[in-house]
Amino acid sequence: MSQLHLTAGETALLLGEAGPAPRLAMAIVVRMGEILGADSLVEITSSHIDGCLYHGDGGVEFAERLVDLGGAVTVPATLNVGALDLLNPARVRAHGRRREMALRQMRAYEALGCRPTWTCAPYQAGHRPAPGEHVAWGESNAVCFANSVLGARTNRYGDFMDICCAIVGRAPRTGLHLRDQRRATVVVDTGALAPELKRRDVFYPVLGTWLGAAVDDRVAVVTGLPESVAEDQLKAMGAAAASSGAVGLFHIEGVTPEAPDLRTALGGANPEAVIAPTPAELRATRDTLSTAAAGRIDAVAVGSPHFSMAEFARLEALLPSAPFAVPFYVCTGRSEYRQLETAGRLRRFADAGVEIVVDTCVVVTPILPPTGGVLMTNSGKFAHYTPSNTGYGVVYGSLEDCVRSATRARVMRDEALWS
Amino acid sequence: MELKGTVVHPGAPAEGRLLVLEKPISFWGGVDPLTGAIMDPRHPRHGERLGGRVLVMERTIGSSSSSAVMLELLRNRVAPAVIVVGRTDAILVLGILVAQELGYSTIPVLQVGTPDIARLHERDGARARVQDGTLQVGGGAQGSA
Repeated sequence: MSQLHLTAGETALLLGEAGPAPRLAMAIVVRMGEILGADSLVEITSSHIDGCLYHGDGGVEFAERLVDLGGAVTVPATLNVGALDLLNPARVRAHGRRREMALRQMRAYEALGCRPTWTCAPYQAGHRPAPGEHVAWGESNAVCFANSVLGARTNRYGDFMDICCAIVGRAPRTGLHLRDQRRATVVVDTGALAPELKRRDVFYPVLGTWLGAAVDDRVAVVTGLPESVAEDQLKAMGAAAASSGAVGLFHIEGVTPEAPDLRTALGGANPEAVIAPTPAELRATRDTLSTAAAGRIDAVAVGSPHFSMAEFARLEALLPSAPFAVPFYVCTGRSEYRQLETAGRLRRFADAGVEIVVDTCVVVTPILPPTGGVLMTNSGKFAHYTPSNTGYGVVYGSLEDCVRSATRARVMRDEALWS
Repeated sequence: MELKGTVVHPGAPAEGRLLVLEKPISFWGGVDPLTGAIMDPRHPRHGERLGGRVLVMERTIGSSSSSAVMLELLRNRVAPAVIVVGRTDAILVLGILVAQELGYSTIPVLQVGTPDIARLHERDGARARVQDGTLQVGGGAQGSA
């Protein structure tokens, strides 16, 4: 354990001079700082709070304790998904006490002054810190995005830590807050992979899954990807990497803010390792994203992380003339939902049988039909968590595969890309 | 076998049978907060219950919500008796710190070297006891399953 140096102001918070809620929050931030080996705290400019999802009564008790103690965030804070779809309450099969507790947890975080964004993609709801800004974000995909794509600086803050940091406006100065910890130590060379594959969305969750397993929590710089790689592709890659490993930051040579070139990404040092996924390895990784064999599917779910406006546009262009044969869920934030509503585009999706899930998603709360079965998805994160969280088997495919499969209730995948 | 570790979170002496995970786990999505069972069907120890065990693992992976699952395991009294990690795991300790603030009983967390984790793999299932930063396996470890 290290010696953590506090400023006079920070010491005052720890002693309760600003009230009992900052005292409790500071006690946790300081203790975590000691465990993590920080020598001081860093001021943060924003927070993304993952603690509003109901996992059990302990989480409700903690949030309400902070409210009762007069707690309030001191930096702008967005909220991650809750366990309910507040715009369409019938969507989630949570009843009685469970619904009441899930709602109490969401309301407690609002009472602490957080913005009710209810999304795992706050970066699509206007929350985009500038490069170099220190922030305290929760939700593993959002952490990966903030660090990698935006160039902001955050560690992987869990439930509780995110709200404590937001209350005291500080985080332990350690890990990915430090410049030297952000430099890549592993080079991932994708040069052996087909350019056509690397242009496709379906490639990125697979590369992310492979990356998470290969690099653990080390920082990688990926070379050989097209400069045209889209933000949605990077978000999908990060979400997958943060599901299969403890990835909090990756760089893409020539694309992400801290990797204008390989040398900069490596901080001028030699890499500890250079690794290169082979086409066969990638295909094998893709296969691990499915637990069910080809055949019948019972539902499709996309939107983990939450669907962006660009993804809605792509889906809209793919919608079939006849309605889908199985439920087709799209999870998104209320920010995107309102944009669709304002533009009069909800009808088109509803007519095709698309069910838009807002404020939450299908793997964190009971939404999928209770009959069980096989879920198809284009999300590496859904593919990772669906079996354990929902009991459904899962099949991974592209968005195009998902649309085609949903019209026939059978797995229809374009295998040519992977052969 | 006796191993010296670093106390990441202190606690009263505790003991149980070793549960040494050969593959990392995400508590969120991987452990049922109500029962303490490993519920990820792709995890090699699927179905094992963490309650009362001396849980040994190199590290955890995955969602930052694992601290919330840790809190619920403590609240529901299905938590491991001790957690032994190879790498400092702030996310699980955070759940334990919050549990402490809420007045629940908590558990010790010990960090040992990676080679020690490898040695513990061979003793999976053996009784073990943790006291003041020392992990004792078999031999002197007291108590019954």
